[in-house]
Amino acid sequence: VTVHDCSFDIYSVGTISGLRAELKVATETLIKARTSTVSVSSGCELFLRFITMTSLEGQNDFEDLRRKLIKRGDMYLQKVADSRQKIAHIANPFIRDGTTILTHSRSRVVYCLLKEAMSSGKRIKVFVTASTIDNSGEEMHQLLQDAKVPSKVILDSAVGFIMEEVDLVIVGAEGVAESGGIINKIGTYQMAVMAKALNKPFYVVAESFKFVRMYPLNQGDLPNDEKYTSVNSSEDSHPYIDYSPPQYITLLFSDIGVLTPSAVSDELIKLYL
Amino acid sequence: MSSPSPKKQDKEEQKQKAVKAGEGKKGQGKEDGGSGGGGEHGAAVKKPTTKAERRALQEAQRKAKEERLAAQGKGTAKQTTSTSGGGAKRSQASKGGEGGAKLEGKPLEVPRPTRQRNSSSSTSVTTDDHRPNKSSKSSKKATEQQVETGRRVKQLQLFSHLQQYSKAPSSPTLPWHSVSTYTSIHPAIIKLGLHYSHGVICGSNSRCVAMLAAFKKVINDYTTPVQKELRRDLDAHIRPFINFLTHCRPLSVSMGNAIKYLKREISKIGPDQSESEAKRLLCATIDEYLELYIVKAGTEISKLCQNIIKDNDVILVYAFSSVVQRVLLDAHCSGRQFRVIVVDSRPKMEGRHMLRTLVQKGVKCSYVLINAVSYIMKEVSKVIVGAHSLLANGYVMSRIGTSQVALVARSFNVPVLVCCETYKFSDRVQTDSIVNNELGDPNDLVQINRRQGNFLTGWKDIPCLGLLNLVYVITMRP
Repeated sequence: VTVHDCSFDIYSVGTISGLRAELKVATETLIKARTSTVSVSSGCELFLRFITMTSLEGQNDFEDLRRKLIKRGDMYLQKVADSRQKIAHIANPFIRDGTTILTHSRSRVVYCLLKEAMSSGKRIKVFVTASTIDNSGEEMHQLLQDAKVPSKVILDSAVGFIMEEVDLVIVGAEGVAESGGIINKIGTYQMAVMAKALNKPFYVVAESFKFVRMYPLNQGDLPNDEKYTSVNSSEDSHPYIDYSPPQYITLLFSDIGVLTPSAVSDELIKLYL
Repeated sequence: MSSPSPKKQDKEEQKQKAVKAGEGKKGQGKEDGGSGGGGEHGAAVKKPTTKAERRALQEAQRKAKEERLAAQGKGTAKQTTSTSGGGAKRSQASKGGEGGAKLEGKPLEVPRPTRQRNSSSSTSVTTDDHRPNKSSKSSKKATEQQVETGRRVKQLQLFSHLQQYSKAPSSPTLPWHSVSTYTSIHPAIIKLGLHYSHGVICGSNSRCVAMLAAFKKVINDYTTPVQKELRRDLDAHIRPFINFLTHCRPLSVSMGNAIKYLKREISKIGPDQSESEAKRLLCATIDEYLELYIVKAGTEISKLCQNIIKDNDVILVYAFSSVVQRVLLDAHCSGRQFRVIVVDSRPKMEGRHMLRTLVQKGVKCSYVLINAVSYIMKEVSKVIVGAHSLLANGYVMSRIGTSQVALVARSFNVPVLVCCETYKFSDRVQTDSIVNNELGDPNDLVQINRRQGNFLTGWKDIPCLGLLNLVYVITMRP
């Protein structure tokens, strides 16, 4: 998200279509560089759409237009930066006093939410999966300790074991698909299935720029270049993301509100309109 | 001989008889819709002696009846079920309601014609009083049949609220439809109706397209009567055609939506437009509708599905759908490597048509019947089906058998995709397949190719046996 602003000021092109082309190139570079590519690609697409939604007539001077686009870009970035806080505020009432929460790997949105819950005076207990592919679970644990949230790291394979002790599951998302399902760090799918099997609510927190126009029918439908990290080749390495279908998800919290999975496609259409 | 004598002739004869016989009660139950009786009398017209003889006989019978009536104190209109060759009760035949009205609780007098109260439909011609009634009507169940020569079929109580199947005979004349109305129906519509009834034109899209083409002809041949406006009169002009088509085969949702659109367009015509201009405009809007909602929609659906079909996919399709066929052929042309499994079922066996067209273009296909679908499903990667219509609650109405395939697919975790153009969307909400459906010809089910022989041929004579041929089914969302 923080990379968006750089992309815009660099280019000094003379025409609108040239600008568009440059932005597209920038998007592609970003996608290749980062590991969480789904959110980057959807974010870039929405960013592009948002800034070009201005009325372009009456702009004789290209400089004027550029300034206008930059202003809109800043507006968008500001919106995005605030969205995490907004989501935390929306989702806070769903966490009651004395709940045990299970979360997966490291997500800044979930962290923001848990911090907010803690600061509003609730007593919560958190289990974090280690997410051993890059040990980001450990990082999350560290962050939570610093925020004085009682947390514990568990093995990914211990999710089934711990599920009966938790009250709810909260995860972030790298992308929210048109079906209402989510694309997230590998291991999310089995957590979702376990939660459904034991009737625990499974909540997802994701900003609206992560809504992507993709409709995977199964795990195999995830695009290969987003599954594997750019470092490893797809043959030897392990997939990095998986897809959790909408029937396992109870609610999605995003800055556009609290949504059921079936409402996602409606919101998606509105976003892209 | 069942040539429908013109109704006027019929009436004249009746009037003559009334004059001669001097009976005031003539009007009762003898009039309109009586092509069956008319047929007989039509024959009799040419031989007056025969007619006189029969009239005398009829008078005697009538007197006997009157005495009996007086004796029993019921002065209601008597109607017999005509058992003569052409004497089917057409208009009643199609409305299922009267099945209940028939033999409910009336005592049967075996040597006499059965008296019935036909509450729902118009009265029919009393014909063969002098013929003893073939009373194989031993059962009094409301659902029991009327064994007429091929017109009526046994009704099942659960489906008695639906339009019962009555097949149009293949002869060019239509004695099962009221004669006067028949003469005023445009020949293109009659042709269309017969095509529908005989299953020549089958399938939601083709029926709609054929209907719109026929309506274009109708519009072009239409001339506004004097003192009337085109935009008001054309609607009334078309209405009997639509009734006729419904009578041949219940309207599909696609046809219904197209008709609504057409009526809207007709009402939009300005009062000051010349007739030829208005006609041209209407035909243009029909063409536009076809182009936009059917042809282009199919193209768009096909484009969307190109990304869904991947290399090395195994796609299962059921019966025939023009949209699905288009999707598969386009995917094949764009070079995707996939194979198709066509699932088919009796009695229509529409899957063969799908199979033929796919194989002709070189698509790798397999063919199974629906009873093998759970065996084959483990190999399938996705199921693509067409739809007759999409209901407001997201349920899909499609060819019978589709929901079965979908359920088996679900149990194997195979995604089921439905391709449906937006013009087929309906604002109805239905949760089961019984409340609204179409009944097909039960005789289609009789043909079973088995070594042990066909044991269903005599199904009509078995009182406790009924055959049910449903055409559509609702597939639900999980």
